[in-house]
Amino acid sequence: MTPAILELKGVSKDFGGIHALNTVSFALKEGEIIAVIGPNGAGKTTLINVITGVHRASSGQVAFRGEDVTGQRPFQAARRGLARTFQIVQPFPRMSVLENVAAGALFGGAHTRMGEAMEAAREELAFTGLTAFADRPASALTLAGRKRLELAKSLAMRPQLLMLDEVNSGLNSSEIDGALALIRSVAGRGITILIIEHVMKVIFSLAERVLVLHHGELIADASPGEIAKDQRVVEAYLGEKFARRSSLPFAAPHVGEG
Amino acid sequence: MTSRWAYGLFAIAVLGLLSTPLWGGNYVVRIAITIAMFSALSLSWNFIGGFTGYPSFATAAFFGLGCYAGALSQRAGIPMVVAWLIATLVAGAFAAALGAILLRLRGGYFAIGSIGIVEVIRLIISSWGSLTGGGDGLNVPFLTGGPDVVARTFLIAMAVIMLIVFAATVAIDRSRLGFGLRCIEQNEDAADMVGINTTAYKIAAFTLSALFCGTVGAAYASWAGYIDPTESFSILMSIKVVVMCLLGGAGTVFGPVVGAAAYSLLEEFFWANFLDYNRAILGAVIVILIYFLPGGLLQMRSRGLLARLRPSSQSKAPA
Repeated sequence: MTPAILELKGVSKDFGGIHALNTVSFALKEGEIIAVIGPNGAGKTTLINVITGVHRASSGQVAFRGEDVTGQRPFQAARRGLARTFQIVQPFPRMSVLENVAAGALFGGAHTRMGEAMEAAREELAFTGLTAFADRPASALTLAGRKRLELAKSLAMRPQLLMLDEVNSGLNSSEIDGALALIRSVAGRGITILIIEHVMKVIFSLAERVLVLHHGELIADASPGEIAKDQRVVEAYLGEKFARRSSLPFAAPHVGEG
Repeated sequence: MTSRWAYGLFAIAVLGLLSTPLWGGNYVVRIAITIAMFSALSLSWNFIGGFTGYPSFATAAFFGLGCYAGALSQRAGIPMVVAWLIATLVAGAFAAALGAILLRLRGGYFAIGSIGIVEVIRLIISSWGSLTGGGDGLNVPFLTGGPDVVARTFLIAMAVIMLIVFAATVAIDRSRLGFGLRCIEQNEDAADMVGINTTAYKIAAFTLSALFCGTVGAAYASWAGYIDPTESFSILMSIKVVVMCLLGGAGTVFGPVVGAAAYSLLEEFFWANFLDYNRAILGAVIVILIYFLPGGLLQMRSRGLLARLRPSSQSKAPA
């Protein structure tokens, strides 16, 4: 059995009297694609913030490859290989698309020289299909383009675990298909992916395992097919209608196995 | 303007400054020294205010510390240039220690905090009479030789300091540090998330912004021959340096120099011609320049200027 790349042991996060995360425990296997779902305010983004050190866990432990990283700062997480994209895109607006990605390669990746970082950035732009926009300012991209830029910037950091926070929100259905293909090819590079998503199509066609958060608690950790039948998940998030539809056998092509 | 042209023009301007003793009187040389001095201060501020985007008003604190560190060293019998080096290190070490605390603040809070630093240091220097002479100020040993020799010496000294800061600016602009600082300026959270140690980078920028202010302060003290707390820690000086940098173009390599020269010349012109209203006129000119040229003088394009004059074609609020 492959060892866990990331493990959370009883992680809680309180903001004042609000328990944003309540003793959450789970482990991610190397190369896995795992989805996190749950209603708004369930603690999904807080989960990523705690993993990457934006917030420090109130209690519990975060371990990356067996090493306790609970108190790390975001830049340390980035250098360890824990990259994330933001739900609300966070570009460097007055830099070119290429420079944005080069920042990831230069500071979070393996490159210490500007020239090498630019080369690595060009590769990631080609991978994400942004080459044509390399010299445009990041602020000139469409929303779909900026989401791709976030992804390219994260990939340039040579991550081992990539956390995608609603990369598909606000995209139309053909843009989502493009993003799906892209995420599959990211997984093909051997990168473990944790994806926060509301688009069920994405979850059922990508994820091998689904974590369900509700009021900061992990109420389910199972395969997509089982999740759709789980009564608590249906009540908390999916709804009866969805559960009826998905009781049909879901053709979920699993990718990136092993 | 291609960068080769820009460097050429800059070289000509520096030679122009250095040539003033050959064709001008001591009044002209004094203006040249002032321009070199404020260019060095403005270039220094550019590290923290321009590249990193932290609006620091601590320039006067570093300058004043430099004045006192230099003056006290010289009074203790240390040679002048060594005293300047000591002042440089004192200002830099102070900023490095202070930065870890002050740089936790952002935006307006940071600005207010940095103003507070100027006032606190001024009060400490004023009250510590046994060491600093308190409100009576300190005399600094004069250079021997006539006024001409003194003026030439300090013109060369200030120009050399300016060139050193300029060289540091060019080097950092092209370096990994400079790139990281620009990332912080544009989006600090994202900078943190791509693996930039933002705390260390900001402290480095703050220290760079202080180092040469210390040198300039010590050189100024040697030049003036007398310093007191009010003049050394003048918040107006901090503001002036910020305005100069914005006027020329913050975050650019040449902007601080252009801004310092333009501001100093304008100030001199209005001072000489409008004895009563010079401050008001200068203020109005600055407001107009910044309104029409929010990116600084270096961003000036004749077409862009015309477009701004047509209110229908653009939003009126400067970005």
